[in-house]
Amino acid sequence: MGKIEEANNKKQKKKRKRLLFRSILLAIMFGALLFAVISSLSGDSKQVEVGDQAPNFQLKQVNGENGGQAVTFEQFKGKGIMLNFWATWCPPCEAEMPYMQSLYPEYKEKGVEILAVSSDDTEKVIHDFIDKHDLTFPVLHDKKEEVFNQYGVLSYPTSLFINPEGEVVEIVEGPLTLERLEEYFQQIVPENG
Amino acid sequence: MKRIVCEACGHSNAEGTVLCQSCGKPIEKNQHIDGNEKTKLLNMRYDGSARRSQTYNKSFVDKIWNFFSSVKVGVWLIVLTLLASALGTIFPQEMYIPQDVQPLDHYREQYGIAGQIYYQLGLHNLYSSWWYMILIALIGISIVVASIDRVVPLYKALKMQKPKRHETFLKRQRLFSQTNQPSLNDKEKFLERLKSKRYKLTEEDGHILAEKGRFTRWGPYVNHLGLIIFLIGALLRFVPFMYIDEFVWVREGETLPIKGTEREYYIENNDFIFETYDEEEDRKFAEALQNQSAPVASNYQTDAVIYRNHEAELVGAEPDLEKVKEGSIRVNHPLKIDGFSLYQSSYQSEFSTMSFYIHETDDKDEQELANFTVDLSNPVNHYELDNGFEVELVRYMPDYYLDDGEPKSKTDYPNNPAFVFAVYPPDASEPEYSFAGIGRNIDATGENDYKIALNGFDVQYVTGLAVKRDYTLPILMIGGLIFMIGVVQGLYWQHRRIWIHPKGNELWVAAHTNKNWYGLKREIDTLMEDTSLIRVVDQQEQK
Repeated sequence: MGKIEEANNKKQKKKRKRLLFRSILLAIMFGALLFAVISSLSGDSKQVEVGDQAPNFQLKQVNGENGGQAVTFEQFKGKGIMLNFWATWCPPCEAEMPYMQSLYPEYKEKGVEILAVSSDDTEKVIHDFIDKHDLTFPVLHDKKEEVFNQYGVLSYPTSLFINPEGEVVEIVEGPLTLERLEEYFQQIVPENG
Repeated sequence: MKRIVCEACGHSNAEGTVLCQSCGKPIEKNQHIDGNEKTKLLNMRYDGSARRSQTYNKSFVDKIWNFFSSVKVGVWLIVLTLLASALGTIFPQEMYIPQDVQPLDHYREQYGIAGQIYYQLGLHNLYSSWWYMILIALIGISIVVASIDRVVPLYKALKMQKPKRHETFLKRQRLFSQTNQPSLNDKEKFLERLKSKRYKLTEEDGHILAEKGRFTRWGPYVNHLGLIIFLIGALLRFVPFMYIDEFVWVREGETLPIKGTEREYYIENNDFIFETYDEEEDRKFAEALQNQSAPVASNYQTDAVIYRNHEAELVGAEPDLEKVKEGSIRVNHPLKIDGFSLYQSSYQSEFSTMSFYIHETDDKDEQELANFTVDLSNPVNHYELDNGFEVELVRYMPDYYLDDGEPKSKTDYPNNPAFVFAVYPPDASEPEYSFAGIGRNIDATGENDYKIALNGFDVQYVTGLAVKRDYTLPILMIGGLIFMIGVVQGLYWQHRRIWIHPKGNELWVAAHTNKNWYGLKREIDTLMEDTSLIRVVDQQEQK
């Protein structure tokens, strides 16, 4: 009896060991598969996404009272911020600028700030553009496209709407209409503003 | 799990065994597994050992395991992957179409409705699509599982084989002979010759197994191991730390952050050099050069300085740069820093400055009254000139085009610069407006007293550098090397076994090899030369 039991025990042990080995190996391999698929689908992981805290940066402001000075994103903390990535040579960017300018005075009162980041090569063309459209919101110059890369901007224009807590609420690629722009503004207006 | 005890030798075999691991006697109830029922010769696949996948299905894990263990499944996965790969070559992948167009428009315009469907199905990025990756990964899993399920039983079977084999096993080998009343001398001679041919001899009760080249049986599994390492290397390319592939454009004189380094390193382009072969200097190529209508490039080179940035935290802030390296980047001769390699990949030329002069509109000789130069990388608004002239730069369009009659810029690259100038003559307070560009000189009102004319321009180069860091390369190389070792190991040797079996007054000789049967038969023939031993017969040929 003892011998048979011993043999049975041995068999059971072997079986358990094999099951464990197979489970672990399959888990590792399917884990690697999952990792590869997710990595390839999420693409550039550095890109800022909805729900993320908007990262800080520093750029030269071209116009307005800070004209010619370096400003940081954190300076505007506590306000709802529309971060607009654009360039002078991009027609859809130019198309949405008048809407932004028309809503700006009203929403500035309510605590919303527009930061328009241009990737243009020379300041001259930005000044020409500001004069043409009478822009009064801060226009920042990202000559080396560092902030464009930091935020993972792939197409012109791209707008991020950031609430007073610094969280990205909405990312819009492509030009905005006046109505949609106002909807987004309302999402980021500070409550006590 | 049941065990099968061999009726002949008493060895305890695993369930699903076809040929007893020890003596080789066919286990009657399992002959269907390798299709041995109706044939004279035994199927010697994996030496008749039990491949568990074919014998039992138990838990969920076992079922998945057995699915991937199946060679049929593996072959189907490979066929599907082949078909998918072929699909990706019908139209060019997205990476090969022009950069400056919308992909959808491009596919539709170039290839019609088929192109549009191709794009909408996502076939323009087939090789990085999730389902293609899953196919490749499933092949990988199938290779691992199937290899483990076969190499372990084969290893055990070859380890446990005994020199003394069952008669049925021997008779049903492909090479077989029976010698009646052999002389002892002849047998000894044969054994000595086997040893001299580096066969390993083992004996049991006068029964002898001569074996060589067993290691070649592991070749396919070594090969699979290499393949798996290669796949792991390819997988690691998704880890940003392991694999970076970026591109930077740097103008001459410009200092820019190197993409992919998180602003840690900056590069300054001191000079870009473009050289062509010269018929006089490179005489040996003179004939070939004469056949070319355009100059042939001999060198593309960027003389660069690499800086480390000590102020990398705040994006956009002025960097605090320390020079760490200086050198030239030429094609195939990258500049390396901290695991990164900078490769010379492309270049462009663009206008850097444009100079103009002012003359009287009526002057036929266009005598120069004053001149000025506009720096296109940073145009100044106001110019004070000789003879009391002043010029104001009103508008600058780096890449001029007309959009419905309105002058605009296509990009911010100075490919086709155009300007609107306000000229203040010395004696007038009201300015005159002129539009000037390459091949264009338009008087806004038609009443200007002075005209602006293009004097000349300077061109500068913009170098295009590929930034690469690839820590997966050593893994891929090791995988490839192991793969090749496996191929050589499995291909260039043969696993040969010869059983010498005394049976009453007779001497039986049976032999098996995993390939090159003719070679084995000829070897045995030579080893038996001038003995009375009967040569082995290829029983398959007799049919």
